[in-house]
Amino acid sequence: MTQLTPVLTDMWDVEQGWKLKPYEAKGGYAALDVAFGMAPDDVIGAVKDSGLRGRGGAGFPTGMKWSFIPQDNPKPKYLVVNADESEPGTCKDIPLMMGNPHVLVEGVIISSYAIRANKAFIYIRGEVLHVIRRVQAAVDEAYAAGHLGKDIHGSGYDLDVVVHAGAGAYICGEETALLEGLEGRRGQPRLRPPFPAVAGLYASPTVINNVESVASVPAIVKNGAAWFASMGTEKSKGHGIFSLSGHVTRPGQYEAPLGITLRELLDLAGGIREGHRLKFWTPGGSSTPLLTAEHLDIPLDFEGVGSVGSMLGTRALQIFDETVCVVRAVLRWTEFYKHESCGKCTPCREGTWWLVQALDRLENGSIDEQGGAELVDQLLDQCDNILGRSFCALGDGATSPISSSVMYFRDEYLAHLRHGGCPFDPARSTVWAGQEVTA
Amino acid sequence: MTTAPIDDKTYGELREIAARYPEPRSGLLPMLHLVQSVQGRITPEGIEACAAVLDISAAEVSGVATFYTMYKRHPVGDYHVGVCTNTLCAVMGGDEILARLKEHLDIGNDEVAPQRQGDTRTVSLEHIECNAACDFAPVVMVNWEFMDNQTPDSAVQMVEALRTGNEVSSTRGPTLCTWREAERVLAGFPDGRVDDGPTAGEASLAGLQIARERGWSAPDPATVPVPAESKEGDA
Ligand SMILES: Cc1cc2nc3c(=O)[nH]c(=O)nc-3n(C[C@H](O)[C@H](O)[C@H](O)COP(=O)(O)O)c2cc1C
Ligand code: SF4
Ligand code: FES
Repeated sequence: MTQLTPVLTDMWDVEQGWKLKPYEAKGGYAALDVAFGMAPDDVIGAVKDSGLRGRGGAGFPTGMKWSFIPQDNPKPKYLVVNADESEPGTCKDIPLMMGNPHVLVEGVIISSYAIRANKAFIYIRGEVLHVIRRVQAAVDEAYAAGHLGKDIHGSGYDLDVVVHAGAGAYICGEETALLEGLEGRRGQPRLRPPFPAVAGLYASPTVINNVESVASVPAIVKNGAAWFASMGTEKSKGHGIFSLSGHVTRPGQYEAPLGITLRELLDLAGGIREGHRLKFWTPGGSSTPLLTAEHLDIPLDFEGVGSVGSMLGTRALQIFDETVCVVRAVLRWTEFYKHESCGKCTPCREGTWWLVQALDRLENGSIDEQGGAELVDQLLDQCDNILGRSFCALGDGATSPISSSVMYFRDEYLAHLRHGGCPFDPARSTVWAGQEVTA
Repeated sequence: MTTAPIDDKTYGELREIAARYPEPRSGLLPMLHLVQSVQGRITPEGIEACAAVLDISAAEVSGVATFYTMYKRHPVGDYHVGVCTNTLCAVMGGDEILARLKEHLDIGNDEVAPQRQGDTRTVSLEHIECNAACDFAPVVMVNWEFMDNQTPDSAVQMVEALRTGNEVSSTRGPTLCTWREAERVLAGFPDGRVDDGPTAGEASLAGLQIARERGWSAPDPATVPVPAESKEGDA
């Protein structure tokens, strides 16, 4: 049985855990002095040794990303925290910033010190007012306590942090689109290379990291790389927050070593809601291919989820039971991608529009079965024309729920056509229908 | 609601926002939030003001304002209600909540409900995408504060309370402020409500509570062997 390992969530049940005093009482900001006692390159080395990989979805090794910052470049260096959390299903960074904003601020200071940045930005999606208040206040408190500003802790190191609110655009989670937003422009991705490490914000060397990645740094510095690496699996080290939502008895956040399985997590969460069974789930948000009950025992680490054709992503485990129509679910996600497509490239802008048209016809059963079977194949063709041909990963992600659902549930698509419409009753999937027992 | 002019004080604040950044144009997103807090929406006057402060064209500002969904060209209510209808919330009941609110308020998406006699405040309605609170589904946001675990009935009661001027609190935060007040916080001018609400909501604590009950924690650093061998996790 894998045990839970609260580290970042450890403040969440503390009275006023968002404030400086309780954070310091638990040892907060002590990692700063450890870091300042090390050369910046040694901090990078420790993060490399820990095996920390980006928690924003792609899993790129964090220490390696930091080492790509060209220190001989005379331009200022920047750290940008990606707090845009908008991938459907992902809901870990928001409670982290609400309940423990100081661990993020402490992580920002150490990370900026490591890459030799004197200015850092926290780009928070705009639609989370109270979370923004908590981070603004944490930054203010940190300044007042001398953890930010000039000559921090007498180290000679200076850092300023700006909290920046976005304005509603999923694409601004994509790191180069985020930089556009942060430069006051429309959030459209940039061509890479050059990568942000070389030419990012204001064409200067820039590290962009997810909230949880940055927040993991203080404990690595304080407890050692070996401590972090003692959790998790061979190539996926450390702790991560797993978010369970949907048809589970106790949805919520579960901080565990990478490699825990969905079976173990469901066990802790009281199982699928009573009287129902697991039908499909996303391992890491809607852009990661769907999985089914066959996959309950795969290790939830980068390799394990990859080995079954999906991605660990953001550990956003959205759980759907047998009352849910997979076509309805996929159509809704596809409408989301269509709405959020930034319009820069044709495969995604036009493609997501066509995908919605096709899925809508299938969900509503407004064609005969023969035509429907052809339409399903056409849908897969459309996915082929988007995947790998889009300018950024949003387009690729849009195809994930479609191709995976057709792979596992092709017959359910066809059932809509036999039935002349959706055979499911949406009322049965709601929370308030949760008590009914099915035969 | 009346539209206040963009006066010297607001110009001062717009400049203050731009000055937070190495390059002033970086302030544009928060500046547009400030425009909304003063004028209730993105107005031609607000666009001109941002353009003047940043020394860029009004067309450039306008191009940015139209890209982001939180910027409104039409006025919204004092309380802007967003119902999450992304897949997870939709399935858990968000679709039903949105349908009930549309019917109850007798409006379509992105519209303001008519103010009835006796109403002191207005509400508007919009369907929104995943707001990073799926473990509290179905989720409704009011002026971008969390209203977790809603039902059609609770949502109707909430909008009625808001229209008739009763105080409503976020399930994980303070008493709701108006949309314009919220926009001011997004522009980077805190309102002092930070210490209201819990550290974390019920669902956020699900795993932590189990860990506490069972005495589970991350490994004690003192017991971890120092040069770490690469070893298999126990999962
Ligand atoms: C469409 C799209 C949306 C994304 N949204 C987010 C997000 O909300 N938060 C995040 O940290 N990363 C997001 N990413 C990933 C970022 O581009 C980037 O990989 C990440 O912030 C790097 O941080 P990490 O290495 O610490 O994970 C998104 C990527 C894409 C393609
Ligand atoms: S894939 Fe979509 S979101 Fe990405 S650049 Fe192209 S149009 Fe924009
Ligand atoms: S789907 Fe509604 S908050 Fe995530």
